[in-house]
Amino acid sequence: MNPEQSAGRTAGGLISPVQNTWCPGCGNFSIEHMMKSAIAELSEEEGIPLENFVLLGGIGCHGKLVDYLNVNSFYGIHGRSVPAATGMRLANPDLKVICHVGDGDIYAEGLDHLIFAAKRNSDITVIVHDNRVYGLTTGQYTPTSPTGFKGRSTPGGSTEHPVNPLEMMLAAGATHIARGYTKKVRHLKDLFKEAIVHRGFSFVDVLQICATYFNLTDYYNAHAYEMQEDEVDTAEFASALGKIREWDYDRDAPIPLGTFYSVERPVYEEKFRALTAGKPDRRALVRKVLEEWR
Amino acid sequence: MGEYSVLIGGKAGEGINTAGLSIAGLFSRLGYRTYMYFDYPSLIRGGHNFAIIRASERTIGAHRTPVDVLLAFDQNSIENHRERVHDGTTVIYDASQAVKAEGYGLPLDTILEEEKAPPITGNSAMLGALARVAGIGREVLEDVLRTTVPEKHLEANLRVAGRGYDAAGEVFTVEPLDAPALPVLTGNEAAGLGLVHGGLDSYVAYPMTPSSNLLHFLARHAEDLSIKVIHPENEIGVIQMALGLAYAGEKTAVGTSGGGFCLMTEGLSLAGMSEIPVTIVMGQRPGPSTGMPTYTAQGDLHFVLNAGQGEFPRLVVAPGDLEEAYAWSATALMLSWRYQVPAIVLTDKALAEGACSFDVGAVAPPPDHEPVLWDGAGEYRRYARTESGVSPLAFPGREGAVVKVNSYAHDETGFTTETVKGVTALQEKRFRKGESLKAELSTYPAVKTYGARDAGTTIVCWGSEKWACIEAAEEFGARVVQPLVLAPFPARQWKEAMIGAGRVVCVENNATGQLALLLRQQGFDPGHPVLKYDGRPFAVDELEARLGEVFA
Repeated sequence: MNPEQSAGRTAGGLISPVQNTWCPGCGNFSIEHMMKSAIAELSEEEGIPLENFVLLGGIGCHGKLVDYLNVNSFYGIHGRSVPAATGMRLANPDLKVICHVGDGDIYAEGLDHLIFAAKRNSDITVIVHDNRVYGLTTGQYTPTSPTGFKGRSTPGGSTEHPVNPLEMMLAAGATHIARGYTKKVRHLKDLFKEAIVHRGFSFVDVLQICATYFNLTDYYNAHAYEMQEDEVDTAEFASALGKIREWDYDRDAPIPLGTFYSVERPVYEEKFRALTAGKPDRRALVRKVLEEWR
Repeated sequence: MGEYSVLIGGKAGEGINTAGLSIAGLFSRLGYRTYMYFDYPSLIRGGHNFAIIRASERTIGAHRTPVDVLLAFDQNSIENHRERVHDGTTVIYDASQAVKAEGYGLPLDTILEEEKAPPITGNSAMLGALARVAGIGREVLEDVLRTTVPEKHLEANLRVAGRGYDAAGEVFTVEPLDAPALPVLTGNEAAGLGLVHGGLDSYVAYPMTPSSNLLHFLARHAEDLSIKVIHPENEIGVIQMALGLAYAGEKTAVGTSGGGFCLMTEGLSLAGMSEIPVTIVMGQRPGPSTGMPTYTAQGDLHFVLNAGQGEFPRLVVAPGDLEEAYAWSATALMLSWRYQVPAIVLTDKALAEGACSFDVGAVAPPPDHEPVLWDGAGEYRRYARTESGVSPLAFPGREGAVVKVNSYAHDETGFTTETVKGVTALQEKRFRKGESLKAELSTYPAVKTYGARDAGTTIVCWGSEKWACIEAAEEFGARVVQPLVLAPFPARQWKEAMIGAGRVVCVENNATGQLALLLRQQGFDPGHPVLKYDGRPFAVDELEARLGEVFA
């Protein structure tokens, strides 16, 4: 199925009139169009009203995506999308809340929020535009840049090892972990749909081409492969961990793409629902608390 | 006499705060108005904690230095408070702690052993002895214990309280008043209930003194009040979660102190730009940095007035007592939503953790305001330009609306823009909201006055110093003027209130005179500064002495 055919009319209507300013060849185009198609298809296939989708953007090239789509959006600040997303899901359980974040954005500035959202199994989706370089601030190393990366802040080469974000998310308690690649668009769209439908915290690290500051197209084309179904048991922590460790974002190794881990656990936001159900007369409740004061 | 002061002191972990509240409850039961100042260092066990409980026939909101009864669990509680003891002071002490004192020595160890009661019930022995000294009947004592002590510990507490009662003798008689027994609340609790009165759906906070107790209180009553109470990873997460909740339609407040507010400032600025309402209860304590975590100050006024990058309107209110904390927390929340601006309720440790008789009936009900909502006509534009500057709200999930909020400069739809015309119009729209808010506030009691206009001397103060100033003013026949709203500054009301002010002093709990600076910025003369910056609120007599030096 061509992603542009199914739900095509809906998808087309989701493109906003804002002029696109990404560099030619930028991997963000793939992410934008696959997210647009994923939303349109989920709307048609699953009957999720379009108005129930919310996109959040951090600050970085990735964030512009929320301007380019005619979908509810919260264009927030650097590294802080994730707790805002949890807030939305707390307020309205019908919302499908999707955070578009960058690797500098969420692995550096906002890492604490990411780990805590995974820990509490917040029912949101996090899509990391992982180009492994700061684009908008013109080419510095990020937490996933390989050792020795020569950026404008590390002209002699970064001496730090990158983090493996998937391993970190597994340890933190994420209940759905996947990796995609911007040159494999159909696969990417399916990963997006699967993550959005997942009940609980879902995480997709997208290896995104940065055409200007860190073009790894040839490297990824040579190393990335789509996992087959029997290559990982997505219900097993140990199996997922083994597969996630096949590549550490540093040394040369095959780069598995697909879903590594997917399990069901109680959703964080659900326990708060009963507290504010209905339309309580809160002033009467205040009076009652005062009358029964002790 | 019609007025009594009691001090209870001991080590942290002995339940001094709770015991103090029980003492306030004892007087409250007899129809007295009470005020409690609680002083404690930042530690869990040991050290020296004390509470001063003052009870009066009339409304009070400050303590005085001398006490009528001193309840001492240890020698420190005697030594540290010698200046409070006078000829009429009765001392009751724990004789088993080898406390050297004159008065009623209670052998607490023996009493607890004989009654097979846990150590914490020692407070009830003190309460019993106090009741006897104050000529309060045993049945009133037992009644107070019945309403404050959990059922399973009640019997032990009643027995121990009876032993304390029997061990002391009557020294004076607190006559019951023909007045209702009012509940005793802290400022945090009054603010929390006020927020709920104003329509609060969710409260989000990370623990930090002096606002932690607001988090604890609302969490304990989340079901009773039908609200969500959430404690995230840090204050950055707190304000972002609050903005997410509000974007999706829930009225949300957060609470913190100076250090946590530092972390919230980028979120505050985001609230200003994205026009998402949020109410921040900001309890001050002495800085810089960690400072004195469990003490009080009014040192963050200009911080909250100016926090956050860029220029955007905000509402800052500073309640001075429980009734104002209730009314202005409700008002802050409602106006924050009505005008889509961040609102800050500025309290301090003295108000937030101090306790007082609370008369909800005496609260002038704040005007009700609902947010301006989208009528569903035409294409929805989150930042539609209007005369008032306020754009109608829609929330995600609303059919027919695409709700786009943005931290970048943006057009009416919410798309990023950097055009000269677009960004100028956006800034002007935000400031029209500020002007609309200011016009609205002209109908509120944004500046309050106490005492006669022709007094010839005027004491200016803000926040928790209100009641010490009102009482001290009586000594000098002075008038008191108190701004409740600090931004947008109610200049017209201030000017009107200060007509014929005569000699002016400005009383503040900081080292630089921050209200005075604000008044100068607004073109007003703040008069002579009377400042205190040792982490403690003014006692009424202490303030009288300081004012005496100025007025002499």
